[in-house]
Amino acid sequence: MIVDSEQGLFCPDGGFHLDPLLPVERAVLTHAHGDHARAGSGAYLCTPETAALLRRRLGDASIETLRQGERRVVGSVTVSLHPAGHMLGSAQVRIEGRAGVWVVSGDYKREPDPSCAPFEPLRCDAFVTEASYALPLFRWDEPAALAREIVAWWQGNPATSVLFCYALGKAQRLLAEIARISDRPVWVHGMVEPFAQVYREHGVRLAETRHVGDERGLKGELVLAPITARGTPWMKRFRSFEQAFASGILRIRGTRRRRGFDRGFVVSDHADWPGLLRTIRETGAQRVYAMHGHRDALVRYLREVEGIDAAPIGRAQPADPEGD
Amino acid sequence: MRRFAALYDALDSTNSTNAKVAAMQAYFAEAPPGDAAWALFFLTGGRLKRLIAPRLLATWGCERARVPGWLFEESFGLAGDLAETIALLVDTERNGHSAPGKTPPLSRLIEDRLLPLRDAPEEQKRRAVIELWDALDRREIFLLDKLLTGELRVGVSGTLAIRALAQHAGLPPAVVAHRLMGSWQPSAAAFAALIAPEAAETDASRPYPFFLASQLEEEPETLGDPAQWLVEWKWDGIRAQIVRRAGGVFLWSRGEELITDRFPDLSGVWATLPEGTVLDGEVLAFSGGAPMPFSVLQRRIGRQKLSPKILADAPAAFMAYDLLELGRADLRGQPLSERREKLADLVQGRSERLSLSAAVKGGSWAELRELRKQARERGVEGLMLKRWSSPYRHGRPRGDWWKWKIEPYAIDAVLVYAQPGHGRRATLMTDLTFALWDGGELVPVAKAYSGLTDEEIDRLDRWIRQHTIERFGPVRSVEPVHVFELHFEGIAESTRHRSGVAVRFPRIARWRTDKKPQDADTLQTLRSLIRVAR
Ligand SMILES: [Zn+2]
Repeated sequence: MIVDSEQGLFCPDGGFHLDPLLPVERAVLTHAHGDHARAGSGAYLCTPETAALLRRRLGDASIETLRQGERRVVGSVTVSLHPAGHMLGSAQVRIEGRAGVWVVSGDYKREPDPSCAPFEPLRCDAFVTEASYALPLFRWDEPAALAREIVAWWQGNPATSVLFCYALGKAQRLLAEIARISDRPVWVHGMVEPFAQVYREHGVRLAETRHVGDERGLKGELVLAPITARGTPWMKRFRSFEQAFASGILRIRGTRRRRGFDRGFVVSDHADWPGLLRTIRETGAQRVYAMHGHRDALVRYLREVEGIDAAPIGRAQPADPEGD
Repeated sequence: MRRFAALYDALDSTNSTNAKVAAMQAYFAEAPPGDAAWALFFLTGGRLKRLIAPRLLATWGCERARVPGWLFEESFGLAGDLAETIALLVDTERNGHSAPGKTPPLSRLIEDRLLPLRDAPEEQKRRAVIELWDALDRREIFLLDKLLTGELRVGVSGTLAIRALAQHAGLPPAVVAHRLMGSWQPSAAAFAALIAPEAAETDASRPYPFFLASQLEEEPETLGDPAQWLVEWKWDGIRAQIVRRAGGVFLWSRGEELITDRFPDLSGVWATLPEGTVLDGEVLAFSGGAPMPFSVLQRRIGRQKLSPKILADAPAAFMAYDLLELGRADLRGQPLSERREKLADLVQGRSERLSLSAAVKGGSWAELRELRKQARERGVEGLMLKRWSSPYRHGRPRGDWWKWKIEPYAIDAVLVYAQPGHGRRATLMTDLTFALWDGGELVPVAKAYSGLTDEEIDRLDRWIRQHTIERFGPVRSVEPVHVFELHFEGIAESTRHRSGVAVRFPRIARWRTDKKPQDADTLQTLRSLIRVAR
């Protein structure tokens, strides 16, 4: 049903690629992150939320939308999109055809996230799962407790608290978590704000944001910024600051110190090890394909311990260095 | 244990000195004295002897975490730290929950549960360790594992811990530092004595905290009139104090190790010193009125047994440069000029194995700069500059004592092997081996760990992973492409190295991206430096 191609995963019966790496004729997208949604393809199919987030980047490409749960016949298969819990609009792609039911997870997580719909387990014959954090080292604590830790750090820091995170997805998730426990505004880098607007338009309640712009100082304030802003002249506007990073990779304690962050918050939008195993069991899939990160470890574990037929799929990629 | 784990986290999660001192001070105030004693022991750099081999701990960790061996290895490879790997895998296995039982206090844990394990049979150790893991949370397991393997390190300097304890006790840091010198066993009573307003009794063997010089980074002209400074050669030996008290003699190294027994040939020196005397100086291998290279002394230190031949080949001498106690009176508050005058009188004609570190005579900084150039021929590391009016301080306060070292040796060498480092660099290729040309062949000459920026480390790590030729366990051979300038402090012949040369304190000075591998130095060039050295 799904095969590897130079452009990425391809569904011959439907005539479309999934999150293609190179321009193709027809692309089905799981979510709006840059490593999954690339410009240049002829036609796109994704959720309306993903489309709203992508509009700017994909220019005047033809984007068709499909609501979560809605079914559409494409070629000789039926395609539907279902929540993946990764970020606003993120979807698993369910494909039903003569080879049975296949589900491509895209990026996903099982922890509650106030900024998007929760992951929906789907029964299927074959499951293509991500494996970004597929080692038993990785297990996420309850996110609400982490949000409290972030707020405590910010409120106990007389200098500026600069929290680095992905500008799309992670930043809005943190803004939504913060909105639940604090009514103070949060300052954001120029890359965060436009996406926050889209989240709000889709009914997600975020903390009040203020654009950093030409503002200077900001003592005692919390600032969300993409990691690419670190060490650039942009940082000079804050006279004294502490730097924190929010990422799953910080589960390993040496990472924070090695990279010189004052604080590290273990927050990930990917499935942890127990989340991956639980999800695979819930799909009931007889065959599992693993992509990204530590996929080889997951494949071997599924084969040897869980007795599931498993194989790697897609291009081998190192684990995301920024640990989304 | 829980409180100590919280302290460890607090110290680990801030870079601010004041916050660290405050966290330790709060800990000392709250913790029971028995626990505080052990915490202080670790904070000041103390270690337990290894109780369990890491290989065994890994086996049991793998068993407890219920993961296959290969998955444990894979996880360890990424985390880079055994204690952390076990802590995280066990935490995942039990889904973040730890047994609701009570965590034992730090002192009870160490004294009643850990230390008795030392001679226990393996199976008993295994049961005890797994039982403890089950009672502890993730952070505590990490610390327990570090204790078991004798690798617990806390991210503060001893000076900072002393400052925190002094603030807690309401005593001057120098008093606390002095009480901590010498043989100190963690116990509630010892902790109480450390923070007592008056010293209950002093340990006769105890040396004074060492006054350490700072590296002179500016030109010496910034120090003002040279006449206000005592200038000495910077001896390349073992910094030590001779403590002559209570009828005994004790030789203490700067690392607070008692090394009296290592130097029987200095016993003649001890015997002549009057009761109640403490000298600060340098132990050197000394022959024909001149110091021998440090490598000679080092060979001697490495020996279990001191044969007559070794004593004859590397005879020791004590080069005194300060007098801290005389006639049982503490002289540290007096200016250096007065201490040196008394020292000269004391040392005069006492033993040929005891001499005064003479003042180097030079009128101006320019003349001294010229003299400093002779350092290498004289077998010293440069010059020491000490303010005549300075008291004997402790630690490394800047301002009164400076070391004005000679420029290090430098060579350009090619990176040939790499392997992951330890501790915070465990996930990165930071343990690097460098080679020089010998004929058409690259011969490894030095390993170096430090000197690159974080960005360079990241860049090099990526390059190494993509350009590995072969792997031997954790070691990778890489394409010989990159040239680095290495600096080192000393050089000597060696039969233990394939190159026939051993360099001392090699470090990376910079990444010579402007050089090609064929531009690197030859082994011949390195060897020629040995002649300069001696
Ligand atoms: Zn993503």
